[in-house]
Amino acid sequence: MFDRLSDGFSGAFRKLSGRGSISEANVREAIDEVRTALLEADVHFDVVNDFCSAVVQDALGREITSSLKPGQEMIGIVHERLVELLGGSPEDGGREPGILHVSPGPTIVMMCGLQGSGKTTTCGKLAAYLKKRGRSVMLCAADLQRPAAVEQLETVAAQVADDAPGSATVSFYCEPDKVAEYGKAIGVAVKVCQHALQRARKDGIDTLILDTAGRLHVNDELMGELSRINRTLSPHQVFLVVDAMTGQDAVNSAKAFHERLEVDGVILTKFDSDTRGGAALSVRTVTGAPIRFIGVGEKMDALEEFYAERMAGRILGMGDVVTLVEKAQEQISEDEALKLQEKMAKGEMSMDDFLAQLRSLRKMGSMKQLLGMLPGVGQALRGADIDEKKFDGIEAMINSMTPAERTSPKRIDNSRRRRIASGAGTRQQQVGQLVKQFDMVSKMSRNMASMSMGDRVRAAKQLSAGGMGGLMPGLEGVPGIRTRGSTKASKGRFKPKRRRK
Amino acid sequence: MALIKSAFSRFRTGLGRTRKGFVFGLRSLLPGRAINDELIRDIERLLIQGDVGVGTTARLIDGIKADHRDGKLSRGEDVLEYLKRELKALWPNDDRELRLAAEGPTVILVTGVNGAGKTTSIAKLCAVLQGRGRSVMLGACDTFRAGAVRQLEVWADRLGVEIVKGQQGGDPAAVAFDACQAAMSRRIDVLILDTAGRLHTQDPLMRQLSKIRSVVARQIEGAPHETLLVLDATAGQNALRQAQQFSDAAEVTGIFLAKLDGTARGGIVIAIKEATSIPVKFVGLGETTDDIEPFDPDAFVEALFAEGD
Repeated sequence: MFDRLSDGFSGAFRKLSGRGSISEANVREAIDEVRTALLEADVHFDVVNDFCSAVVQDALGREITSSLKPGQEMIGIVHERLVELLGGSPEDGGREPGILHVSPGPTIVMMCGLQGSGKTTTCGKLAAYLKKRGRSVMLCAADLQRPAAVEQLETVAAQVADDAPGSATVSFYCEPDKVAEYGKAIGVAVKVCQHALQRARKDGIDTLILDTAGRLHVNDELMGELSRINRTLSPHQVFLVVDAMTGQDAVNSAKAFHERLEVDGVILTKFDSDTRGGAALSVRTVTGAPIRFIGVGEKMDALEEFYAERMAGRILGMGDVVTLVEKAQEQISEDEALKLQEKMAKGEMSMDDFLAQLRSLRKMGSMKQLLGMLPGVGQALRGADIDEKKFDGIEAMINSMTPAERTSPKRIDNSRRRRIASGAGTRQQQVGQLVKQFDMVSKMSRNMASMSMGDRVRAAKQLSAGGMGGLMPGLEGVPGIRTRGSTKASKGRFKPKRRRK
Repeated sequence: MALIKSAFSRFRTGLGRTRKGFVFGLRSLLPGRAINDELIRDIERLLIQGDVGVGTTARLIDGIKADHRDGKLSRGEDVLEYLKRELKALWPNDDRELRLAAEGPTVILVTGVNGAGKTTSIAKLCAVLQGRGRSVMLGACDTFRAGAVRQLEVWADRLGVEIVKGQQGGDPAAVAFDACQAAMSRRIDVLILDTAGRLHTQDPLMRQLSKIRSVVARQIEGAPHETLLVLDATAGQNALRQAQQFSDAAEVTGIFLAKLDGTARGGIVIAIKEATSIPVKFVGLGETTDDIEPFDPDAFVEALFAEGD
């Protein structure tokens, strides 16, 4: 996602951070690279220029040239500006996330956007999001233009109702007889939405989500239909769904939708691609509407709340540790974590504990996605093909061990290795490797317990550079994961953040 | 300039937006002005805003500067001519015709990222082939997305063609296999296979594409004869990576540039041509099956820089 944008920034600042002092010309040179990085990331031309001149102004105003660490100071400025551009100053990062709740209900949410931006899938994800929070949802199929759009939403609604976690109801409303060929049923959707609202009221539904047809912002008739739905139902929230891979044109369509509908929020989809994601910056700037969610996969739970602060961090390669921690909290209770910590401190961590950790880790998302949130790792991982199946291999090996072997892996001798390997369908060597690396990790974690905070951070880095890399198959040979250079680089980038505080 | 062939007139209508944004910009920008830094910055802005890409824009700008130094360009009008010449040169006599098998069914595999417009583009393609008197069959290999099979089915009904489909969630390669068998036994001229939208970063799904390819190749010699990548014209520089990754995984033979009827300026075509050698074969300009045109670089560039109506 933003990785590639981060790369550009890193390149620009590496030049600066090596120098003791810099001139105004140096600042302008660095900003030129920032400019190119942003343009290549599809940030709109005008937005880029405004951004860059603002950064230069700030930099010169703060007399960055006489600062001891001009590169780091620059990163700070760019970070602040990015946060501002992505939605507010760092202080108001406490903006209420999620979806407005209106009483008496139903809360009406209208989705709009271009064709193929991902509205229907996002409707399902929002429904899952609300269901998890105990809010009942009705999905209304207001797309009467695209063939089978109604059926698609129906299937999605059923999926969420059956499979998504949470106990709230998810219902579906449609009038399939109103569907017509493209352009022949314009305006009919208004009535369908009205009927859906009546039904939702009657059923006491918490939130009604309207899935409107994708349309071009230059299509007057269809845009008119949207305005009418907007006027007739007065939705409490209008979400514009934007494909994160959109180019410079993102500005034009976002502007057109915003002029008609006063968009309340933007949802960026397909963020799990390698798009540099510049559309996020552009759309936010032209509409002024906050980015509320990002879609990060095809599954119904692949929707994340958007935080400007965190995203700016990601852009600058500071990683997104906050999201990672939140994901972890969803899977592991504090009690469990404490118990495990104690065990680790005493050096009593067993293979079973490790297996449990591995499993909850895997529930949090794909390894690549998770590792990408760690500072400095995202860049190194790009293009790396992490074979999730290899984790199955580890699970199989542990499953093939006896309880005694799991509590004290030291007793696993050659004969046991042979047995475990044949049980897990792998080679003896692999088992040996697993045992060795496990031993290394548990030793390190025991040492860490008696360390100061600073030493711990350092050790954790060593761990991720050496030991953990081995425990994460598929990462061997990934440039930057195990090499010292990259660890240093990520340290360097992360440091200023700590120092500044 | 007013002599644009009537055959291109619809192409021009579709590109009306493109021209307004891009060409009117250049038109009002260039004539009568001397070539200086300010003019060059304006040109740069227009090219970038047209999604032409930083690299290509830099190359074009450098060319303008060099020719200006050499005295070949002196006025704004010359710059317009220069840009037209350069861009047309990007598309030499590429084979932009559909590759059809000499004998037996031709198989066209259609791929692309989610929401690029694959299914609609297939319907358009189908109509074009039917217009040329070919019998067409559709294979619904998108067994993943909810409603995808049904969407293709609606089009098949409207166009009056047969469709081979499998179970939702089933193996797309199995559907491809069945479709090939059906196409051969019914002596169909062209079989078009729809596949699930996939992000080019999803390695397992990209491997699945290779699998579909090899299944098809075992059934029908030389198949798939054509692998079309559907690209969204509003896509930014990421479309380049899509083009590269999809051609790595599926040996893309042509690009179908969809949704060129919005305000997107289509400059991405230029960027793609610079980075890959994949020809653009069709452009999609609307929602109905008629809204398709063969990509013609001359018409494209002419229309891009044509006088206003």
